[in-house]
Amino acid sequence: MARRSLPDRLRSAWLWIVVTILYLPLVAVGLASLSESRFFIFPIRKYSLKWYEESFSSLQIRDALWTSVALAAAVGVIATVLAVFGALAYARHDWTGKGWYQQIVLAPIFFPQSVLGLALQLWFNTLGLDMTWHASVFAHLVWIAPIVTMVIAIQAYGYDASVEEAARDLGATRWMVFKDVTFPLLWPGVFSGLLFAVLLSWGNFPLSYFTSGADVTAPEWLYGKMIGGYTPMVPALGFLSVVAGGLVLAIGMAIQARLSRRA
Amino acid sequence: MTDLSETMPPPSAASAAPAAEPRAPWRPSTGLLCALPMLLLLGLGFLAPLLIVAVYSFMPRGTFSLTGAPTFENYVDIVAQNFHISFLWSIWLALLTTVILMAVCWPLAVSIKRVSPSKALLLTVLIVAPLFVAENIRLQGWSLFLDRAGLLDGALRSTVGLSTGSLTANVPAVVFGMAYIYLPFMLFPMMLGLSNVPPAAVEAAQDLGASRWQQFRDIELPLAAPGLVIGALLVFVISLGAFSESKFLGKGVIVTVSEDIESAFTFGQNWPRGSALSVLVIVLAGAAAFVGLRRLDLDSMLGRK
Repeated sequence: MARRSLPDRLRSAWLWIVVTILYLPLVAVGLASLSESRFFIFPIRKYSLKWYEESFSSLQIRDALWTSVALAAAVGVIATVLAVFGALAYARHDWTGKGWYQQIVLAPIFFPQSVLGLALQLWFNTLGLDMTWHASVFAHLVWIAPIVTMVIAIQAYGYDASVEEAARDLGATRWMVFKDVTFPLLWPGVFSGLLFAVLLSWGNFPLSYFTSGADVTAPEWLYGKMIGGYTPMVPALGFLSVVAGGLVLAIGMAIQARLSRRA
Repeated sequence: MTDLSETMPPPSAASAAPAAEPRAPWRPSTGLLCALPMLLLLGLGFLAPLLIVAVYSFMPRGTFSLTGAPTFENYVDIVAQNFHISFLWSIWLALLTTVILMAVCWPLAVSIKRVSPSKALLLTVLIVAPLFVAENIRLQGWSLFLDRAGLLDGALRSTVGLSTGSLTANVPAVVFGMAYIYLPFMLFPMMLGLSNVPPAAVEAAQDLGASRWQQFRDIELPLAAPGLVIGALLVFVISLGAFSESKFLGKGVIVTVSEDIESAFTFGQNWPRGSALSVLVIVLAGAAAFVGLRRLDLDSMLGRK
């Protein structure tokens, strides 16, 4: 084993310190959710699961979780479908206007989300739309579909386009080429994109906050309680939301690993 | 409800588009057909809303429709009523965050590049994962960690008898929160940039006797520059809209422009003022992104692996 230089060792120590710091607040949330007292004081005097019980029996929280799940599912599916084609236009085809298109797709990513949320609120209002979580699906898409497009575009840059031409030369229609050649080649990127979309939507606060009207997602419920007065149900629901996101990520990655092994 | 479905590009149209074989003499390119659903989404969900904000910003104070006579009074009010202070705070905090993250992330990106691919994947997942947790949950976690009788204070007090008191409710805490939340947005573009530095170039420089500093300045930095530019822009622009950090870690010591915009739309009931403030943010963010991104060849950056 080669000996590593001092700067290398310092850098790698720094790396692990930063990764640990990334998780510190989640540890704090987890601990706070287990404390029995109404206000969090560390070291914890008495551990209890009572705030989880209260969270599970709260209808408000059930509604909020349900809204978040429906939102993430809808955004995941729609964003991925849009992004598959968006990515082909981005990376695979040469066409007039592509330069502009590439910049327009990036624009919502390079944009403060709170301002985007408010702009959408104003726009829905001008159109006279009722704001429910359906409006939030649309708002999330504006931000998430471009991100998924980039994820899939990276996959689309990486494959050999001559396979498609071969299929076309052999008489395949555009649709057949897409279904039998392009899509299977893109699939790993598409799956990562879907995972990203679901998880980003699950964790989004600013876009939902400004567009969901009377409907409340889990991050919105948490925000309301954080502003309006702390209750230990905040860390309890917060930690549940972290665990749920982690589970989706782990299952998704396991599926991804199996798929790539088979390929 | 019913109206909304009309504004959303139906996914079925997206999947049907490439199948359509128009008989007309002009045949749209496959690329354009593929781009169409996305262009529709961004036209209706991004460009149109920004346009409406711009129009509202010229409406008379406190109106809720677009029929008033255009006026500049909202922009005059921003300065007259000192709303530009929050805007300046936001710019300053965004700049600080960007610079801090450049320094924090560079060594991270370098060392992730040097570890084995499987370890790099693990690290990448560990760094991406927190992005999927709502930022207000993570910031609340920091508040629980840093407050009086929180994790840090409590642990120190019960072990060595020292107290840190509350470490929140100050500007450094806000900057820390912003750097924490936006770290991945700097790190990943930086890693992408660094992947364009061929290891052979660094080795050659080493063989020719270049110092570490020279390697960094003359080889790594210029070759990785596109990634750095993307990361810096992304962090600057997104953190201009920072909103929760000052609420949860600053506890009101400063007000950012997004908070001012929000209150103009909610209790302030002054949409035109909120719109005018938004326009300032949009113009600054747009100018930064436009100037930075125009110089980059995204095709070759993402395509090269």
